[in-house]
Amino acid sequence: MAKIQSSSLNIFPEPTVLIQPRKHLFDLDLAGIWVYRELLYFLVWRDLKVRYKQTLIGAGWVVIQPLMTMAIFTVIFGNFAQIPSDGLPYPIFSYAALLPWNLFSSSLSRGGESVVGNANLVTKIYFPRLILPLSGVLSPMADFAIAFVILIGMMIWFGITPTVGILMLPIFVLLAICTALAVGLWLAALNVRYRDVRYTIPFLIQIWMFASPVAYPVSMVPEKWRWLYSLNPMAGVIEGFRWALLGNQSPDFSVIAISATMVMALLAAGIVYFKQMERTFADEV
Amino acid sequence: MNDIAISVENLAKQYKIGLANNRHDTLRDYVAGGLKALLRRKSVGSGTRVNRSAPSETFWALQDLTFKIKKGETVGFVGRNGAGKSTLLKILSRITEPTSGAAKIHGRVASLLEVGTGFHGELSGRENIYLNGAILGMQKREIERKFDEIVSFAEVEKFIDTPVKRYSSGMYLRLAFAVAAHLEPEILIVDEVLAVGDASFQKKCLNKMHTVGKEGRTVLFVSHNLSAVTSLCQRAIWLNQGQVITDGPSQQTVSEYLNSGLLMMGQQEWPDVAVAPGNDIVRVRSVRLRTEDGRTTDVVDIREPIAFEIEFDVLKPGHVLVPSIGLEKDDGFCVFVSHDRDSEWRRCARPAGYFTSTVHIPGNFLSEGRFVIGAGIITELPFKVHFDVNPAVAFQVIDSFDGDAARGDLVGQMPGVVRPLLKWSNRFMPGQLQSTVH
Repeated sequence: MAKIQSSSLNIFPEPTVLIQPRKHLFDLDLAGIWVYRELLYFLVWRDLKVRYKQTLIGAGWVVIQPLMTMAIFTVIFGNFAQIPSDGLPYPIFSYAALLPWNLFSSSLSRGGESVVGNANLVTKIYFPRLILPLSGVLSPMADFAIAFVILIGMMIWFGITPTVGILMLPIFVLLAICTALAVGLWLAALNVRYRDVRYTIPFLIQIWMFASPVAYPVSMVPEKWRWLYSLNPMAGVIEGFRWALLGNQSPDFSVIAISATMVMALLAAGIVYFKQMERTFADEV
Repeated sequence: MNDIAISVENLAKQYKIGLANNRHDTLRDYVAGGLKALLRRKSVGSGTRVNRSAPSETFWALQDLTFKIKKGETVGFVGRNGAGKSTLLKILSRITEPTSGAAKIHGRVASLLEVGTGFHGELSGRENIYLNGAILGMQKREIERKFDEIVSFAEVEKFIDTPVKRYSSGMYLRLAFAVAAHLEPEILIVDEVLAVGDASFQKKCLNKMHTVGKEGRTVLFVSHNLSAVTSLCQRAIWLNQGQVITDGPSQQTVSEYLNSGLLMMGQQEWPDVAVAPGNDIVRVRSVRLRTEDGRTTDVVDIREPIAFEIEFDVLKPGHVLVPSIGLEKDDGFCVFVSHDRDSEWRRCARPAGYFTSTVHIPGNFLSEGRFVIGAGIITELPFKVHFDVNPAVAFQVIDSFDGDAARGDLVGQMPGVVRPLLKWSNRFMPGQLQSTVH
């Protein structure tokens, strides 16, 4: 939208801003995000502060939510449906998947709602709009960290030692976040014009979950469809988590590389699309 | 060159009317919106509102705007609603992008288009100071340094750890303004913040803005409070339909603006009877506010009598019809309601035809500010509203400072919705002091 040009002479220590219609599609001004990093920090901080205000057990919900889901999955899928869990206790099998899945799904839904949910800021204050989906995607990291501590407790309880693959864990987390951001950017921008998106997000997440090995192992997917299945980046992330933490069979890293490349392409296109759409955010939101 | 803070060149902004006025939130709304657009009457242009159905089209909120603002200047922007003032401020604050043209800004900008943007009710006053400060572009260290000052300016020391949703609206506004007031930008852009809050809050705002102006910062200021514009700004720019009409010393610009008769909405016309408000008995043709000499106006001197005129067609004879008006302050406070008691048609069924009713409002009656008249035609027995157009006209009453209105020589806020010139009588008895009671 506008570029910050630091003037070369020190006679004007202040920056000069040129406001004009954006001429180039790839005029992304990503440096602006760095300038506004404190705002990003405060928006994430606000999210965390506000999330469990006026609840009885406060941050306890961070722990209860994945544990309850795990319990339900264990009873329904593990006991009733007798879904195999690659020889692992079903609770930890599902919890190790729920961890990255919850991170991804709440990042995606917060990212998708971020611009519309902050309409009051968008119409009144300038800042790089990309800050909004970024803050939406980053704030579930705190919940993830707490839920991760529970996982460590469970691993001790079940006597499971992680493999060296645990060093790869940050990469899987990054892939989950990038996937959420890549899709979230598109949804956030579309949501401004079409509020239908708001109602689509929960379905999308639900369908995506069943297309990911959260409640069942990848080994249940028919062999001939498995390559297609593995292109789902979240399949790679979840498999990666089980491999790194529980010593499962290692995922196919070449397929993960392909899906990661797709995510990066989607992310790059998403940034361009978002920047293109953000010019009218304030007028439309 | 280095004494220029803002230079604007050929700046233009186009909106799609359909986009700006209705929001197509869902596809269903989109369809419904299309149907509504067929029935809806739309506002076009200046003091006259011509109501007719029209397809979605574009309009230029700003057209070919060019001006320069020097460092340290305090510039007011005046103009009626929809003149482009807010659009201009939004472009200069980088919230929305111009369609063409460019603006160059030298210096750190803080824009205050609303008090308390980003305040979160669940967070405490302390937390909101940090959050709001960050949103307005302050660094964390800067907020920490000014924290105590902000709190004492806002006078909320005791409640600083209480969630702001429990604040009174006055406290909330004070806190919000306090954060904004402690920004130290080189350029401050302010839109209508004075429209909210009570008199003491407004005074506080004005004083602070005075100080900011004196400190040599550049201030851009939009307000409908014209006396604030003249007292705060050396220079004022009058915008109308997205163009600069006058740019000069604020006194001169404001007086030209006031004398223009373009301020609000002096009249409305419905050339197409099919979409005019009404029913199969009666339909309105036009409404207008005029001076005693017949000129349509929407700016009224407080001393001047005015007349509100309503033209309507009676389509079906045989009904008793009573024209009526309600006059409201622009905040919705009803000043009075008046029904036609004088016409020869009182308690008489009207024949079909074209009628004009006029109601006369005396001078030295309303106080200054913005007023809205809603007009309708009713039948009293049995009660039925045939149509009700609100707002029919909107106008501004301007208090003259010539000393012969009710204000006398007083400068500043004067409360009340009416300001009649009442008769006072006095007696003077020299030397007859009241004796002290022991």
